[in-house]
Amino acid sequence: MDKLRLRFEKTGKAAYISHLDLLHVVQRAFLRAGTPLKYSEGFNPHAIISICVPLSVGMESLCELMDFRVTREIDLAALPGELNAVSPEGIRFIECYEPQRKAAEIKWLRCEGVYEYDALAPEISELDAFYRRGSIPVTRRTKRGEGVLELAGNVRDFELERCEAGVRLGCTVSAQEPAVNPELLVKALAQLAPELGPDFASWKRLGFYGSDMTAFR
Amino acid sequence: MDKRLRRILPTVQKPARYTGGEYNEIVKDKASVKLRMAFCFPDVYEIGMSNLGMRILYGCINEVPEYACERVFAPWGDMAEAMRRENIPLYALESGDPVSEFDVIGFSLGYEMAYPTVLDMLDMAGIPLRSSERTGLTPLVFAGGTSMCNPEPMAPFMDLMAIGEGEELDIELLRLFEKARDAGWSKAEFLREAASIPGIYVPSLYEPVYKADGTLAELRPLPGAPETVTKRIVADLDKSYFPTKPIVPSTEIVHDRVNVELFRGCVRGCRFCQAGYAYRPIRARSPETVISQGIESIRNTGCQEATLLSLSSSDYRYLSEACDGLLEYCEPRSVSLSLPSLRADNFSMELMSRLQKVRRGGLTFAPEAGTQRLRDVINKNVTEEELLNTCRIAFEGGWNGIKLYFMLGLPTETDEDVLGIAGLADKVLHTWRKYSPNRQRGVRITVSTSCFIPKPHSPFQWEAQVSMDEYRRRVNLLRGAITARSIQYNWHDASTSFVEAVLSRGDRRVADAIECAHKMGARMEAWSDYFDFKRWLAAFDAAGIDPAFYASRERAEDEVLPWCRVSMGVKAGLLLRERHRAYEARLSPDCRAQCSACGALELLPEGVKCDG
Ligand code: SF4
Repeated sequence: MDKLRLRFEKTGKAAYISHLDLLHVVQRAFLRAGTPLKYSEGFNPHAIISICVPLSVGMESLCELMDFRVTREIDLAALPGELNAVSPEGIRFIECYEPQRKAAEIKWLRCEGVYEYDALAPEISELDAFYRRGSIPVTRRTKRGEGVLELAGNVRDFELERCEAGVRLGCTVSAQEPAVNPELLVKALAQLAPELGPDFASWKRLGFYGSDMTAFR
Repeated sequence: MDKRLRRILPTVQKPARYTGGEYNEIVKDKASVKLRMAFCFPDVYEIGMSNLGMRILYGCINEVPEYACERVFAPWGDMAEAMRRENIPLYALESGDPVSEFDVIGFSLGYEMAYPTVLDMLDMAGIPLRSSERTGLTPLVFAGGTSMCNPEPMAPFMDLMAIGEGEELDIELLRLFEKARDAGWSKAEFLREAASIPGIYVPSLYEPVYKADGTLAELRPLPGAPETVTKRIVADLDKSYFPTKPIVPSTEIVHDRVNVELFRGCVRGCRFCQAGYAYRPIRARSPETVISQGIESIRNTGCQEATLLSLSSSDYRYLSEACDGLLEYCEPRSVSLSLPSLRADNFSMELMSRLQKVRRGGLTFAPEAGTQRLRDVINKNVTEEELLNTCRIAFEGGWNGIKLYFMLGLPTETDEDVLGIAGLADKVLHTWRKYSPNRQRGVRITVSTSCFIPKPHSPFQWEAQVSMDEYRRRVNLLRGAITARSIQYNWHDASTSFVEAVLSRGDRRVADAIECAHKMGARMEAWSDYFDFKRWLAAFDAAGIDPAFYASRERAEDEVLPWCRVSMGVKAGLLLRERHRAYEARLSPDCRAQCSACGALELLPEGVKCDG
């Protein structure tokens, strides 16, 4: 046993911790808990921690996965509790196990968005029709400049319902290759059907799946 | 979380600085506490959270079970704009509650350029800026911190100032405030009573009277006001509160590490240095306390870097002992230990080598002046030989970068002194050529100069600052004299130092200029991103004050100074003696060689010795 995986939540205030800062936050929590983390060799040793699919700032998650290594046998069942006792608000560890599959095998991500409308929310059917279009090309900025991503086929299983703030939307997005940030669903509205766009949307990740749609562990 | 806030956070840079929720944050139930204080730091989170003083007082006040102390920082420009647009008032991180709902609002003022930010924060909180406009007892608005050793430029805005170290003073103040509030005292009644707490300066109880030439005739104490307010200190650092469970930021800050404080005060007596005089007498922590507080803090935070803090680490008597004890814990856990403000001597170098086993980055020294004559004038007791010897050891030990800090515009400085800086840098380069075992790697020598700013309560408090043009001329002179490619020269901007000089030694009339600057949009003026000299000139103009009167004028030795009602424990006679010796380029012994009977000993309880 040396490679391990932790599942944890990142909600509330912790949603605003950036990806890079999170690695630092988690590393310190490990140190406070006395976990025997394994460090890289070399000039500037750092803990070997990797977040399977990085999360954008401001988005919540109930299903974050993190791989790390330890130098000796530890009590897997006890670790989440030990870490939770020394973690900042909003970071909550759920389970620790030896992973069977590589993070690269993650394909789908179930998430939930809440679309807030300050005035009247559009009809559910209108939003539903939009997301069922055969082609939803959305322009986005990437590291390599501006590019167009086709959402159709990369987002599926929509569930829409009314809620107090406006509309609650469940959907499954492609998590890797291509990585579809659910925020693009709102961007698509702004670009292609601005009249349906919400005043604000918040997102939460619910779970990762493999290409066969089985829950990814 | 507030809905409006939730909407703007994803749109601003580094939103984690605005949420709180970090590990070790102290959150209390507001229904079960008797008093809530908003501790405001007039700069961004990354700066404020790096400030040890703020961390000490935050923890110290929260040690009182019935008091809740929360943190407030100034938002960066994008966030400030968004908050104003969305009508979100300034709020405290722990509860998210508006600052205006707190009983007491305390500002930590460590540098003068933050003054406009204080007004901006009050404004963002929806609190009237001037004490006279806040007629009720709550919220009480006060300030502490080193800059308050001259409280007058902020006098109209503050209900009172806490002078000196706050660990005991702040609690006494809060106790009195609690009593006043519960008994329904008026603000005037409370302030009069507060003025009798040693260390509390109530500006409304002093009335400035000016002469025709604009200087002060007197700062008249009104009934109930003490003649002099003497700063408070903590006598025994081993018994005083120290935060060993500090907040661990969830986002990057400037100094993200565990701080261990070695001692307060400085034995050296550099004549330009306000801290060296204002923080006397010298009080040390025992090495046992240093070690145990260090280990405890590392354990409680998970930080992998610890720093031993003081004004001059090499002067801590038990430095080896403390380092050994800490290294024993740190080394096997890969926690690095760093020691800033070391002197340029052999002992320090050996220590540095032991601490920094892996990383050999840059070394920093502050000779402050380029010639021995001028170093004697300022009582900076370091010789060229010592400095070069240290450099030799460093270069031999594999260091390949050295930063040298100097001031231009020190009293009596001549062109020869300015050129001496270039000469010294050349000699450092020469030393590298001669002793570096690995010359292919090259060397980087950085020379930085700032413009000297005379500060209250230092022996140079009467001096004129050189004009901006003259500073620039000296910068150019030095630029021309630095020719080697491996010596890089950076100079600090003249206009910032000029404004800082006005604010540092200003009187109550300067407050109007600070308010004008604020009204014209000044905030975060310590940041070059925001500093706007033209706006300052317009503000001085609008307030009808001549900045040169404050920055560039030499004060007569018998002039009534705006900070005359505040005593830092050091006798004015000693400051004058030091000033006169400066003009004779005559050194004064450091406190270890011989006590100069500066007066600060009287701040300690009877029988306790100054660790000078
Ligand atoms: S009392 Fe003496 S030793 Fe102590 S700070 Fe003053 S001069 Fe130095």
